[in-house]
Amino acid sequence: MDAVLLARLQFAFTLMFHYLFPPVTIGLGVLLVVMEGMYLKTRDLHYEAMAKFWTKVFAVTFAMGVATGIVMEFQFGTNWATYSRFVGDVFGSALAAEGIFAFFLESGFLAVLVFGWDRVSPGMHFFATVMVALGSMFSAVWIVVANSWQQTPAGFHIVGTGAAARAEITDFWAMVFNPSSMERLVHVLLGAFIVGAFVVLSVSAFYLLKGRHLEFARRSFTIALVVAALAALAEVVSGDSQARTLATTQPAKLAAFEGLYTTAPGGTRLTVMGFPDTAERRLRGEIAVPGLLSFLVWGDWNKPVAGLDRVPRADWPPVALPFQSYHVMVGLGFLFVALVAVALLMRWRGTLFQARWLLWTFVFAVAGPFAANELGWVAAEVGRQPWVVYGLLRTSDATSKSVPAGQVLASLVMFGVIYALLFAVYVFVLNDKIQHGPDEPAPPPAATTGGGLLAAAGSLAGQGGESLTSTGEAAGRAGGE
Amino acid sequence: MDLHLFWFALLGVLLTGYAILDGFDLGVGIVHLAARRDDERRVLLNAIGPLWDGNEVWLVTFGGALFAAFPRAYAAAFSAFYLPFMLLLFALIFRAVSIEFRSKRESAAWRRFWDGAFFTASALATFLMGVAVGDSMLGIPIGPDGDYTGGVTDLLRPYALLVGVLAVATFALHGSIYLHLKTEGELQRRIHGWMWRAFAFFLAVYMLVTVVTLVAVPAATRNFANLPWAWVVVLLNILAVANIPRAIFRGKPLGAFVSSSCTIAALVFLFGVALFPNLIVSSSDPAWSLTIANAASSEKTLRIMRTIAFLGMPFVAAYTAVVYWVFRGKVELGKFSY
Repeated sequence: MDAVLLARLQFAFTLMFHYLFPPVTIGLGVLLVVMEGMYLKTRDLHYEAMAKFWTKVFAVTFAMGVATGIVMEFQFGTNWATYSRFVGDVFGSALAAEGIFAFFLESGFLAVLVFGWDRVSPGMHFFATVMVALGSMFSAVWIVVANSWQQTPAGFHIVGTGAAARAEITDFWAMVFNPSSMERLVHVLLGAFIVGAFVVLSVSAFYLLKGRHLEFARRSFTIALVVAALAALAEVVSGDSQARTLATTQPAKLAAFEGLYTTAPGGTRLTVMGFPDTAERRLRGEIAVPGLLSFLVWGDWNKPVAGLDRVPRADWPPVALPFQSYHVMVGLGFLFVALVAVALLMRWRGTLFQARWLLWTFVFAVAGPFAANELGWVAAEVGRQPWVVYGLLRTSDATSKSVPAGQVLASLVMFGVIYALLFAVYVFVLNDKIQHGPDEPAPPPAATTGGGLLAAAGSLAGQGGESLTSTGEAAGRAGGE
Repeated sequence: MDLHLFWFALLGVLLTGYAILDGFDLGVGIVHLAARRDDERRVLLNAIGPLWDGNEVWLVTFGGALFAAFPRAYAAAFSAFYLPFMLLLFALIFRAVSIEFRSKRESAAWRRFWDGAFFTASALATFLMGVAVGDSMLGIPIGPDGDYTGGVTDLLRPYALLVGVLAVATFALHGSIYLHLKTEGELQRRIHGWMWRAFAFFLAVYMLVTVVTLVAVPAATRNFANLPWAWVVVLLNILAVANIPRAIFRGKPLGAFVSSSCTIAALVFLFGVALFPNLIVSSSDPAWSLTIANAASSEKTLRIMRTIAFLGMPFVAAYTAVVYWVFRGKVELGKFSY
């Protein structure tokens, strides 16, 4: 097989696997801040139990994100050496900023967040939670800035020619605030908030259906529902503004998203669905709203939007994959809005927690935001092809010349095996945590030595310590309900 | 200070920080199978529990800084070491996962599996990093355009493998000293024995590598003619090594830990002196070596990143200090432990 294709497959596979986790931690981070903030404000132990339980889910997911994230950093050099030389001057500074400002922040305070409940004051613990949430968002900032520079390069000049050409920064802030970076960042963060909220909604709905941890589940569900509603609505607005930018910065990508092969005079239709046929240069089975794309992009029902015929054939991205990914993502986005709207209405009328069909929908709806996040990236990255840096460096020129295809194939197969195993273990452990559930809030111990004694007993008894605790929890649960 | 030199030095600082900090938790992974009982292994795991993740960030930041400051060296090194680095990645993934998941189930078989994975991954990751250092000392075949021209077998040279063993020995020693600091009672008494054995192993490999380096790797000492003060570091290195058994013997584990940290810092420093001003030595033609001048990013980028580093480093130092302070003292297993 072709070395470039293998390198692309490996990058796509490892990145899509990695990207299952950061949106969960970014989104959950915000919810943790809300829950623990509520606890500090009200001193209601239910909120503390919520913060503790979701922190466990956060920690397991974070570990997966770290483990699969290092792979991404290494891969720029291992598989994309020419690309690394080309973008190092620009991309590198964003990556260095990410390491220094974001990774140290999150990993340092994560230790306090996960292991520090008994070791620091509640105020300090809350501070650590806020820092972890901020850190996870900062890492999104820098990586989205770097990726956006590949979509809409700015603030640089090209030095050297041919294989030795590379981009050098001329204006750091123009690079950071390149034409697409801030809009894309907002879109990515909102997408992550939706994922985090739907994870909480799914688990809480499951508890409500099973009649377990009811107070915990009701409160978690409500908080997550509010976050999901705000984020899902904002995401529609953000998507719309991005598409408008795309028309001027990456017209070929927008044309691929909309399956526009030819530029027709007058208003351009907005495709709701269809099947692109690049050989015939037309959409099959198309359902479209006349003139709507022109209106959304230009605010004018009659001004045409450029099609792929305005782009040299050699610079066309694939059409079918970005088209379908984009359309499914948009469709899912509207579904989320509808779903949370119904749920909010029923919550307001007080009938939500009895509506079993809706709760079951939420249990499974969690797959939607994951899919939408992944598909959004597929659309964005495949839509940029055949360029790795738009208009400047072709993907086919960007790989490591010294790495033979056989080695890439070997590592790709290994990643396939290891990630499959990893995913199974993750699901297994997560399921274990969900089945175990949150610790029911108990009245505070009579004396502070209680915790120390329990810990000491735990360390003496080893495994027994855990069963000791779970017996305690079972008793607490029985007493609570 | 010259920007190229500044970034070379900062990479050295990041590598030193990584080797000292992740060094002890990798070392814990290398020695932890010597503990037999499950609760003991849990103590060892929890000694690094809150810290290993932050320690690994030093490697991520080192990689990011190399990419940013010297993209040609990053591109050449990472593509040259393709298979070893893929293995390193798999090892780091397994390590993270085995720490995280080991204690999540009661089953003895489950725990045995992850213990084995934790040991293998820690030892393999350390060994591979040592091999990469050894290969860098020797130089690797780099062509005129900065691309690697060799194959995998060109990396498996005896000297490089020997440096890999030295890395394992060093971290095993460093990790057992760390564990001695974090444990108490019967377990601590046994770890005392591990320290001595690890030290004997380290000393033997260390002397062997030193002799081989002096005899067979002339590039390693080439710079000493221009930098006579580098001999001071050699002397300090020897003193630090000598102080390890002294401190252990006198029951001062903190002194031993500081000494093993200094030993690691000195070894990284000597590695830097051996390379300077190259980042990657081309064994095909010295003119094709990637140096801190010809592999660097533009002056502007290096200056911007220096500002980022100056802004960020105090924060990094502060969080690191806070986290180590919060988790100071002996390990206690509690509800939130692994």
